[in-house]
Amino acid sequence: MADNQNTILQVENLHTHFFTESGVIRALRGVDFSVERGKVLGIVGESGCGKSVTAQCIMNMLPGNGRAVEGKISYYPRESIGSQTEKVDITGLPPRGKAMRAIRGNEIAMIFQEPMTSLDPVYTVGSQLMEAITLHQNVTKQQGKEIAVDALAKVNLPEPARIFDAYPHQLSGGQRQRVMIAIALSCNPTLLIADEPTTALDVTTQAQILDLMRALQEETHMSIIFITHDLGVVAEMCDDVAVMYLGKVVEQTTVDAAFHSPQHPYTRALLRSIPRLTDENQTRLDVIKGRVPDPSVVPPGCAFHPRCPEVIPGLCDVHTPEVIKLGGGQEVRCLLYDDKLMAQSPTRTALAESR
Amino acid sequence: MLAYFVRRLFYMLTTMVFVSLIGFFIINLPPGSYIDVYQAQRQNMGTSTASAELEALTRRYGLDKPVYVQYWKWITGFVQGDFGISFEYNREVKELIWQRLSFTVLIALGTLIFTWIVAIPIGIYAATHQYKIGDNAATFVGMAGLSIPDFMLALVLMVIVQNVFGFSVSGLFSREYIDAPWSLAKIGDLIKHLWVPVLVVGTSGTAGLMRIMRGNLLDILNMQYVQAARARGLSEPLVIIKHAVRNALHPLIMLLGMSLPSIISGSLVVSIVLGLPTTGPLYFAALRNQDMYLAGTFLMFLAGMLVVGNFLADILLALVDPRIRYE
Repeated sequence: MADNQNTILQVENLHTHFFTESGVIRALRGVDFSVERGKVLGIVGESGCGKSVTAQCIMNMLPGNGRAVEGKISYYPRESIGSQTEKVDITGLPPRGKAMRAIRGNEIAMIFQEPMTSLDPVYTVGSQLMEAITLHQNVTKQQGKEIAVDALAKVNLPEPARIFDAYPHQLSGGQRQRVMIAIALSCNPTLLIADEPTTALDVTTQAQILDLMRALQEETHMSIIFITHDLGVVAEMCDDVAVMYLGKVVEQTTVDAAFHSPQHPYTRALLRSIPRLTDENQTRLDVIKGRVPDPSVVPPGCAFHPRCPEVIPGLCDVHTPEVIKLGGGQEVRCLLYDDKLMAQSPTRTALAESR
Repeated sequence: MLAYFVRRLFYMLTTMVFVSLIGFFIINLPPGSYIDVYQAQRQNMGTSTASAELEALTRRYGLDKPVYVQYWKWITGFVQGDFGISFEYNREVKELIWQRLSFTVLIALGTLIFTWIVAIPIGIYAATHQYKIGDNAATFVGMAGLSIPDFMLALVLMVIVQNVFGFSVSGLFSREYIDAPWSLAKIGDLIKHLWVPVLVVGTSGTAGLMRIMRGNLLDILNMQYVQAARARGLSEPLVIIKHAVRNALHPLIMLLGMSLPSIISGSLVVSIVLGLPTTGPLYFAALRNQDMYLAGTFLMFLAGMLVVGNFLADILLALVDPRIRYE
């Protein structure tokens, strides 16, 4: 996959640990996924599965006690004139160094979950926009302001010149998230990381922001990593999906396959837990039993096995599943698809066949 | 913004009126009038005061009249610059205060500047290097500075300076300069003495301020807009100074406003130990001796400083924070 001309970001075997007073927390335990140029990848999973940490790793701005101890994030920058695109090893760059800062906010931009607190309350919207523009683009103040007002207009903010001079507290949550998108897009990034950008907004605003992001994505052809726990948002926004559980990607596939032929039991369980309008009234919504374990005590074998409805005792709690490639670019981490292991015990083969 | 100013100014004046009222009546609560004490004291010293002089005083301050008349006479005189007289010193309060006030302000301002210059950078460093060696060291030294009593530090310093450098640091001047006219040598002598009270009073202040700065900044560093600024590609020092520190300053500005009154009343114990000619000991003595006009004047100055300090802090806050400005 790394040689693929269309790949913009490749995450391989990423392990990220947080060193706290109460011990090491293994937030990521080998994350693999890749983002295609011009595509939208959704990362889904329950709270605490490592979605946001993954985003922080890509931005190379982990909190002080966190460190990517193993693995690699490769970024393939904007296509240059030659066919050769140079690879940047993000995990190898010093987080505060110049090289990383030239990428951050410029080629890879990020928007956050809480629009109410993502803007510094003591500076105007314009000054925070200009901060990004003058940092990454070689423009005069006047040109910068034009770009800024333009960016505000692009995210459908009414009276962009007035918003430019407004302070964050004068704007609504939806407006602030639009401003964040404007800041993120002001330098024409090739990759946008959106960490639950609509979670804190009401449904109407949420729909508007999603429409806007979709439209802007089509216009600019940037890639987006869309982090969410809302599968409805995934269906609306994404081309590909990576499902995360306890610091690992358990399934990566196209959005169609994810919804129509999900392979991993966890993906299936997630889909079953979406309420449907067509459901009969008195039926109970399926839930995934148990809860996400504490990342400091990860279950042995497949981390999902204590909650898995299709668990095979003696197998799932012993062997750690590797990535198994199924047809159509679908990748899954589940022993049910490990033919070799399944073949070793005949009773289990029967079980697999009956499936 | 102008309405904000005017409203604050109005609150300020109202507060002052109430403070003067309550203050004056409390000072008048103890039994016996000022004249009685004055007379008794004079007799103790063996001089009998002519009744004409006493009568003049009684008339001047309306001492035979009800207390509200006394208050009115005092407050109308006060706003015109007549602070009354001190019976303890038998001098106009005005004369007594000014000289000491200037030294006090000198020491207090020195301390304030010392505190801020030392505490803020250390606080920022400690917050950005939380739980690292530097932070722990700063915390330890800060806690030690906070828990060592002022007067003890003052005594220790006096002894050390006396034994090692061979000169006395008590007072603000060496003996030969106390009554000498101002000269370069006298200023040099002043500086030689000034650092001790500044250091002593500043140490505990520094420790407190440092902890507050550290705590505020740690809170702000967790805010999403700091992350967002970083995500824009800003360099770390710029993120810290421009976005984090700027937002962490609010409580410190309030604190600055509150610390103005301590210019008069603060460092009382240190002033007594070091024998400094500041207002602290004088205020203390005035309260003990029922020297009502002197005490009242100090009280008014204290309240005035507090109110002015808060007013200045409010204006500063409005300048720093648009959310207050547009309220």
